[in-house]
Amino acid sequence: MISKQTKREVALGLKSLLQHKLRSTLTLLGLVFGVASVVAMLAVGEGASEEALAQIRKLGSNNIILLTRKPTGSDNQDGVRMSIYGLTYEDEQRIAETIPGIRRTVPVKMLPKEGQLGSRKLDLRILGTTPEWFSLIKRKLIAGRLIDVTDEARRNTVVVLTEHGARRLLATHNAIGQPIRIDGIVFEVIGIIGDETLAGEGSELADQEVDAYVPMSVARNRFGDVVEQRSSGATIREKIELHQLVLEADSIEVVPQVAAAVDYALKRFHPVKDYEINVPLALLRQAEASKRTFNIVLGSIAGISLLVGGIGIMNIMLATVTERTREIGIRRAIGAQRRQIIRQFLIETVTLSSVGGMVGLIVGIIIPFIITQAAGMPTKITISSLVLAFGISVALGIVFGIYPAQRASRLDPIEALRHV
Amino acid sequence: MDELAPIEAEVLDVHKVYRIGDEVVNALAGVSLQFRRGEFWAILGSSGSGKSTLLNLLGCLDRPTSGRYLLAGRDVSGMDDDELSQIRLQHLGFIFQNFNLIPQSTVEENIQLPMYYLGINDQESLPRAQELARRVGLGERLKHTPIQLSGGQQQRVAIARALANNPNVLLADEPTGNLDSTTGDEIMRMLGELHRDGKTIIMVTHEPDVAAHASHRLYMKDGRIERIERGTTA
Repeated sequence: MISKQTKREVALGLKSLLQHKLRSTLTLLGLVFGVASVVAMLAVGEGASEEALAQIRKLGSNNIILLTRKPTGSDNQDGVRMSIYGLTYEDEQRIAETIPGIRRTVPVKMLPKEGQLGSRKLDLRILGTTPEWFSLIKRKLIAGRLIDVTDEARRNTVVVLTEHGARRLLATHNAIGQPIRIDGIVFEVIGIIGDETLAGEGSELADQEVDAYVPMSVARNRFGDVVEQRSSGATIREKIELHQLVLEADSIEVVPQVAAAVDYALKRFHPVKDYEINVPLALLRQAEASKRTFNIVLGSIAGISLLVGGIGIMNIMLATVTERTREIGIRRAIGAQRRQIIRQFLIETVTLSSVGGMVGLIVGIIIPFIITQAAGMPTKITISSLVLAFGISVALGIVFGIYPAQRASRLDPIEALRHV
Repeated sequence: MDELAPIEAEVLDVHKVYRIGDEVVNALAGVSLQFRRGEFWAILGSSGSGKSTLLNLLGCLDRPTSGRYLLAGRDVSGMDDDELSQIRLQHLGFIFQNFNLIPQSTVEENIQLPMYYLGINDQESLPRAQELARRVGLGERLKHTPIQLSGGQQQRVAIARALANNPNVLLADEPTGNLDSTTGDEIMRMLGELHRDGKTIIMVTHEPDVAAHASHRLYMKDGRIERIERGTTA
């Protein structure tokens, strides 16, 4: 019975809505824009942060990344002397042995070397690392196999090309098993792995634009730690043992403590700060926090437009009550109780605001779609944002409908009937 | 014969005092009267005589300042707003000078309205509304809205609506006031029929011709009963 009664009251609400098409449309526009902007803004915010979060997550929230950084003011002027800085093999050992909560450590050496495959010869960016590296980056293996523990232990001169490197060297699947000359040493190509799919600027893992991987033991023993780079005539000689050291923590919970302990330990052996600690988890938390702030700011702006829409609805409902004073008098004379009048007008207002909310949702879904198409910005519409926006518009109908409805119910029937 | 009929409504020394600014208006200054079942009353008087105030009291739209009003054996003078609404819904039917139909609702919806507030569902109320519409000669206009009808037709819809809750008492406020004499006569004939069917009718009018249709005539002056004419219908 209740549902049938409500259905009729909703129908009555729609009817009076349709009787004043222009007025209803104008009233609803405020709410439509309010709801649409809530949905659209949340979609844009969600899309932007989703992208940022995806990049950070790729670094692994369990990881702590140590990077070698050239200390400021240590540039050697004469171009002859060698500068020595950065993370060392000893650092890795010390961290692995003394700091609890670390599952594994993955060292990385960067080697700019000249390589030759067949008759093609060019400068390559080679990364020396341990087999565990590959479980960190989780890249697709295109052909052959990866560097394994045996290669590392036996110091096998093997190389895994990246898709990028393979393309530069014009290597195909047939390149597996072929010899490649790096700095005069012959390596065997054992595999090709895929490139990073989404190369974002947030990523700090030393993996972009890398041409090839070689075992750490080989890099260390065959190439040594001195890197020579020629730039603008001068030769820069630097001795760097490790360019990067990735630490994987046992669990997310211990990441902050481990990072603090590592920093403390490193400080004692590096009087000049020649390293940097990156904690993706901290970046993640930071990104999440700024996402929240972003959402709150956008939400407030959208909320204001919703509020304006709500006030518009109240305004029109007050006008409606005045206009329909006689109708209210008739209903009261027939025997409608005050709460039945309240109910009628409240249902009418909520019907109005629901229609506005519904249209707003549709507009709100279309806008992000256009933004993505036109500006290439990522957007993401979440179910919760739709529920939120629609819920708010219905709630606005109730909040801003109560006063006009009460005013309608308080009319004196005799006075109301006399109203022209 | 009339004396044997039970009392439908009774006012006992009712007063109604309005305060308009500093001025105190005694709209009703002590009226006592019994309305018996099946009587057709016309209340006459010049404007300001208190006849409309009396009708509003009898219609439970207003409460007396002092005095008692008994309707269907219950004292309604002390009832609150909700209780009065309930009394109107169950015992009374209203017919107004300006018809007072709900403009956006159809004929059948207007007639259904009292049943809707009584909580009667559509399956039951719709056929009854249609039956009532036929009874007042508007069986062909069920889906029309009031503005599509003539004044006489609108008043007939109003009569059908007043009957929808099957009340004992019908209250009519100048029911022919907005109609030409021919249509007015039609409406009065209809009320006469209802009277013969046993309804108690209390009507306010200022036209003697219209009052002639009633069985009893009450003349009001300055908030008091001036005189009463009893007799059978003219």
